[in-house]
Order: sequence, then C-alpha cells, then structure tokens
Amino acid sequence: MTDAWIVVLAVGSATVAIKSLGPVLLGGRPLPSAVTRVVELLAPALLAALVVTQALASGQSISPDARLVGMAAAGIALWRKAPILVVIVVAASATALTRSFV
Amino acid sequence: MEGSSAHRYRDGARAVAPLAVAVLGFGISFGLLARSAGMGWLAPIVMSATTFAGSAQFAAVSILGAGGTVAAAVAAAVLLNLRYGPIGVSVAPWLDGPAWWRFLRAQLVVDESWALAAEGEGRFDPRILVGAGLLLYVSWVAGTAIGTLGGQALGDPKTLGLDAAFPALFLALLLLQLRNRRTIVAAILGGATALALTPVAPAGVPIIAASAACLIGLARK
Repeated sequence: MTDAWIVVLAVGSATVAIKSLGPVLLGGRPLPSAVTRVVELLAPALLAALVVTQALASGQSISPDARLVGMAAAGIALWRKAPILVVIVVAASATALTRSFV
Repeated sequence: MEGSSAHRYRDGARAVAPLAVAVLGFGISFGLLARSAGMGWLAPIVMSATTFAGSAQFAAVSILGAGGTVAAAVAAAVLLNLRYGPIGVSVAPWLDGPAWWRFLRAQLVVDESWALAAEGEGRFDPRILVGAGLLLYVSWVAGTAIGTLGGQALGDPKTLGLDAAFPALFLALLLLQLRNRRTIVAAILGGATALALTPVAPAGVPIIAASAACLIGLARK
C-alpha cells in the first residue's frame, strides 16, 4: 500500500472516530449540568478562535493581508444588519478587489 | 420559528449555500494539490468522502507533498481534528435516535454546519446541522473530484477572495452568540489564546487550547 493510501485510511478512521465519540456515547440525553455550563461557552470561544486565525494567520505566522479589508467590509455589513449571505459575498468581493489592486 | 422538519433541513442548506460555493472552490484546489503531491486521483476523493475536514486534509497532503513522513502527516491531521471531540459532545444531546443514525449525522459535523446549527446557550438544531452539513459534504467531495480529475479552470480560490468567506461567516455567527458577559469573556479568551499560540504551537493546538476557554463555565454564575 502506498503512503498516500495509508494516510487516507489512518486520517479517515481517526476523524470518523473523533466525530462519532460524543454523539454515539452520549447522544440523545441531556448532559450533566456542569458539562452543559462548559459546552454552552464552546461556540463563542471556538468561533472567536476561528475568526482570528482564519482572518489573520497564514500557516504558523500572523500575516495580515487583503482578508482584513474583507473582514472590515463584513463588519460594516453586519453593523448595517445585512443577512449572512450578503456578509459573506461582501467579504469575498472586498478581499478579491483588494488583491486585484495590491 | 419552528417550521416543519423538512423546512428546517432546507433552512440549513439555504443558510450555508453561499459558503458551499467557497467549499467547492477549495475542494477543487485540494484535489489539484493532492494530485500534484502524487496521491493519484482516487485517494484524494476517498479522503474527502471519509475525513470531510478541509484544514486537516490540506495539512496532511501538504506534508506528504513536501516529502514528509506518513506519521507526520497523520499526526498533523489528527491534531487539527481533535476539536471535533468537544464539538461532538456539545451536539450529542440534540442527536437522538438509534446509534447508527447518531453516528451518520455526527459525520456531517464540520465547523460551518455546527456553527450554523448553534442557537445559543448550548442549544443546537440537528436539522440545520444535517441540512447544512449535507450540502457542504456534496460540495467538498464534488470539488475534490473536479480538482483531481484535472479541473484547472477555477484557478486559485484566493483570487476570488473565497478564503475571506469563512472568517466572515464565523464572525457573523459569533456575534449571534454574544448574549451575556460570560459568552463575551469566553470569546475574548478563546480568540486571544488562538492568536498567542499560532506562531509557537503546531497547527491545531491553538484551536484546541482556545476551546479550553469554555472551562470558565465551571465558575459559579
């Protein structure tokens, strides 16, 4: 078996296992209240981490680029109460425009 | 807002539709990258269909393409996907039914479908999760197939600014989550942790460390 297939099978089975763990073992039942208090803060913590890393990082380095213009445009769209679809299109267009000029 | 069941599935797909275009674009570039890394055409498609997690797949294939070891490629991808452990626990109460059905729906959990399904205060709509997840899954696998089978047409998705689509969506969904002081503190801690660790820790670790910010939920209200 080639290296590529070993990676595909190993990463695939590990990911399927990681994703299934919670839903298969704990599914359909309320979590203990201490766990609930923790997981209800998972969304804000993780989303903030995804925003800053995907807007600012390139690999291991923090390197602001045209994405910041897109994020600023998205911020304005959000402030103007635009629907999410518009926010996404505005962010991508502003980023693409900036890249075409810089 | 409680439409019929079928409506909520469709709502999920509709909400994620603009992002599906970006996912298709990145699927194509993943396919191209995997092909040029010498993976052939079938292995990348099987990887997208089974792993269904973009950042981990890009990391593993980049390492292989640069001549890295199998162990390094697998370790990087697994590290990047560890966040799906706590994410899976957070949606578990909302996925009912037999174990095989919970298992199947769990595979449709990716950052975007999970974030769209989050209703705040730890509640999730499983139908939004499945509707959004299915559309993203189809886009990702189809994009990969187009890329490995030789679709050069799209070029670099970054030219179209598609890489900014993801943080923009996450920002919009983050703002919906900020309902009180605890969620704001968790967001600031999470964002700051990820930013601080990105230059010094291996990929995946900053996000895992940031998710630990939710442990402040253990403090008394």
